[in-house]
Amino acid sequence: MTPILDVQNLSIDYQSNGHPLHAVEDINFQVQKGRSLALVGESGCGKTTTMLSLLRLLPAEGRIIGGRILYRGTDLLRLSEREMRDYRWKKLAIVFQGAMNALNPVQRVSDQIAEAIMREPQITRKQALTRVGELIEIVGIPANRAQQYPHQFSGGMRQRAMIAMALACEPDVLIADEPTTALDVMIQAQILSLLQKLQRDLGLAVILVTHDLGVVAEVCDDVLVMYGGKVAEAGDVETIFNKPLHPYTQRLLQAFPDINRPGSTLASIAGHPPPLDDLPTGCRFEPRCHLSSEICKRIPPLALEHDAGHYVACHHVEQ
Amino acid sequence: MIQFDYLFRKIVFALLTLAVIIVFNFFLFRILPGDPIKLLFRNPRMTKQAQETIRVQFGLDKPVWINTERLQSGDIGGIFDSQFGAYISNLFQGNLGISFAQRSSVNEILAERIWRTALLLFAGEVVAIVGGIIVGVVAAWRHGTWVDASALIIGLTTWALPTFFLGIILLVIARGVLPTSGMVEPGAAKEGTIEYWLDVGRHLILPATTLAVGSASAYMLIMRSSVVEVLAEDYILTAKAKGLSNIQILKNHALKNAMLPMVTIIALNLGYVVGGAIQVETVFSWPGIGRLIFDSVAKQDYPVLQGAFLLLAVSVILANLVTDVLYSILDPRIKAS
Amino acid sequence: MTVAQEFFRKPQAILGSAMLALVLIIAVFAPLLAPYDPYERLRVQPDDLFAPPDAEHFLGRDDAGKDVWSQLIYGARVSLLVGFAASLVSMGIGTAVGLISGYYGGTVGNLLMRLVDFLMVVPDLPLMLVVIAVWGRGLLNIILVIGLLGWTYTARIVRSQTLSIKERQFILRSKSIGASNARIILRHVLPQVMPLIVAQTVLDISASILAESSLSFLGLGDPNLISWGSMLNFALDRGAVSRQAWWFLLPPGFAILWVTLALILVGNSLEQIVNPRIKSHHLFDARRMVSLIIPLPPAPQSLKESQDNS
Repeated sequence: MTPILDVQNLSIDYQSNGHPLHAVEDINFQVQKGRSLALVGESGCGKTTTMLSLLRLLPAEGRIIGGRILYRGTDLLRLSEREMRDYRWKKLAIVFQGAMNALNPVQRVSDQIAEAIMREPQITRKQALTRVGELIEIVGIPANRAQQYPHQFSGGMRQRAMIAMALACEPDVLIADEPTTALDVMIQAQILSLLQKLQRDLGLAVILVTHDLGVVAEVCDDVLVMYGGKVAEAGDVETIFNKPLHPYTQRLLQAFPDINRPGSTLASIAGHPPPLDDLPTGCRFEPRCHLSSEICKRIPPLALEHDAGHYVACHHVEQ
Repeated sequence: MIQFDYLFRKIVFALLTLAVIIVFNFFLFRILPGDPIKLLFRNPRMTKQAQETIRVQFGLDKPVWINTERLQSGDIGGIFDSQFGAYISNLFQGNLGISFAQRSSVNEILAERIWRTALLLFAGEVVAIVGGIIVGVVAAWRHGTWVDASALIIGLTTWALPTFFLGIILLVIARGVLPTSGMVEPGAAKEGTIEYWLDVGRHLILPATTLAVGSASAYMLIMRSSVVEVLAEDYILTAKAKGLSNIQILKNHALKNAMLPMVTIIALNLGYVVGGAIQVETVFSWPGIGRLIFDSVAKQDYPVLQGAFLLLAVSVILANLVTDVLYSILDPRIKAS
Repeated sequence: MTVAQEFFRKPQAILGSAMLALVLIIAVFAPLLAPYDPYERLRVQPDDLFAPPDAEHFLGRDDAGKDVWSQLIYGARVSLLVGFAASLVSMGIGTAVGLISGYYGGTVGNLLMRLVDFLMVVPDLPLMLVVIAVWGRGLLNIILVIGLLGWTYTARIVRSQTLSIKERQFILRSKSIGASNARIILRHVLPQVMPLIVAQTVLDISASILAESSLSFLGLGDPNLISWGSMLNFALDRGAVSRQAWWFLLPPGFAILWVTLALILVGNSLEQIVNPRIKSHHLFDARRMVSLIIPLPPAPQSLKESQDNS
């Protein structure tokens, strides 16, 4: 099946005082219609940078230096800024964390959603507001709240509003950036089930950027584990959770509390992610890895296919 | 949306401020050592009639704050038969006393001049606000470029420039080209005619420009930093992600948010603008309240000084209140406390 | 990087410091630098009045025949003295008010902030004018009047910083081991707030100098002292404009501008270090975001193929 989004050899740098920081290096992944992909990793691993690059929304110092981002066969990296705007929101949309400031504080929520809808010049304001009504119903916001201001919404409701807004132009790909961080558990569950419902009913391709493995297990079909700006492991969710091969993935799963093994101790991974201005020459996880050996220090491992659809970047895994 | 709690608090505070100013005004002119009124009263060159007028006007034979004698004799109502009482009751009747230097009442003098200063302030502020906002937005838009840097340099330099000195410079430069003194050419046009107003307008150019430049630099610097801050907020990234163009984002999302601090700054700046008006009116002999204050200081005309200060202070306090109301309408986040 | 190192990397800081240093030197060494003593009584010929610049009088003479350049040099002393002294007063009051209202809060804190609001609303120059007119002209009066009105910005900044510091761990720890409030404020809160206070005070000095020169210009300066503002008062009053005596009209004003600008540059630089502002925002020219410099591997369709190829 042709993926709706095909990212190939994507590399991203950040300019800083002359020498570039290699934030993301040579990552590959695909997203299928109606399936959701989790981009997992610690903070600083490059998942947010990757996500922003899909819509070309990096900060001023960001540079996409290599690769292809194929949306239905069109390479988004070869479009002009103006052409890219036509893809933003209409084909690919992002749901940012519904923090206080992700929505314009002096504009009504309904107006902000309507603004996205009215990018089509032939749609009148009246039609747009009708559509706003439909959208907020889908996400579960009471109809009379739409014309309020963002500060009057709770965190969970703001997240729903962001989702409604993201659906305004009927995109194919929905990217969700840590959609449940800073929300309490009950609301988290509601938001996640909403995302699942949308994925099923609208056939969306969803990319979920998160550091929370619980969310991944709950909602996602495929997983991409990132470390130090590179792919550590990739595969479908069953494989990754039941047969993790990369040492980092294994440690991540160990650190995740399992209700079926209440007695086992929580293991945290000693050390910290590599600083971008001082990246190791070989494998980036090597300094924290229990399998570390000479080859790991000298040669960065490639992400190779271990079995069908399961890729691992580690020297100690037999291919 | 108008939040009544917030407004109520602001009105109460404004009233309290007014009250403090009124009491302070009295205190300053009557209590401090070297009480100028008393000194004048004892001045042998004052005519008996003038002395009597002053005595009556200021109640100098009465106790200063409260009349304890009347209180002790059971006359509660007479508690305010004092200088302070006389001051307050005069004030509420709109009687601000009589000028030492001129024969007329302070009211008349102030009333005659207030609109001239108002005109000057209005002209100066409108230009300053519009100019400052536009340049500030452009500088923020081109943040980090030479446009921004030049705006910053010019802004800082004009901010450091004393208002009266800018007036002097313009006075020297524009001499012979534009009128540099007074409000109209004496006897040139009849009051109320078009020629009269054109003449006023011509005379207004230099003083209003001087005032405007000082304020404009402050507004420009604030607007610039406000817009840069707003443009770095998360919702701007959201707007970009929505596929809006930079211009659309600026117009629909950034400007309204950036204007909110501006409203506050314009209010805060009013005190300085009034101070600037005093300087400008002095340099250009513009016959307003500012010039009146300058002349009254020189002539030691304390009733006028007291009245003019009160008028200015009250105006600024009220203008601040109006701005608070405006702000509460514009910012939907103002909540009841 | 320490504050000093960061400071001297900024061009505006270096420029401001140099400009300030020049004025300080002139003020301190005034008696050595001034060719004439402007306080000395002089006997003059009519020709000496408003004399234009020549070899003996670098900036000409004023309406009383005195050397303008010497007055300019001595005027620096008054401006700087008033500026620094008044700001010292402001700094002291503002810091105290800010610390108390921020740390203790409550009714006292609220009342102090209402006082701040009150002073911010009341127009400064008219108030100063009126007070000096009644109190009398004099150096001390001017310093007090400017200082007693100028502390509000410092108070606000100190208060807001104190509020955020007071909840931090090291404060709570100090409290738990029984340190007194005064000790906590002085030894823990104050050092943290100090950089902000210094930055604001430098800006306050520039405002004080402008205030003093405005008051002097309006005729309310110390009658026994020569200040740049009073020079301009005389210049305007005694007909320098009609005589086009630019040497008397312009230098004092430019001197005020010089000092004020120097202080603003220094103050701004300090403030940027202590309170870093945003370097860039979201609406930039995005053309450089995609700079594809890495050549693509020859058209693989999946990783499996690329592995076969390598």
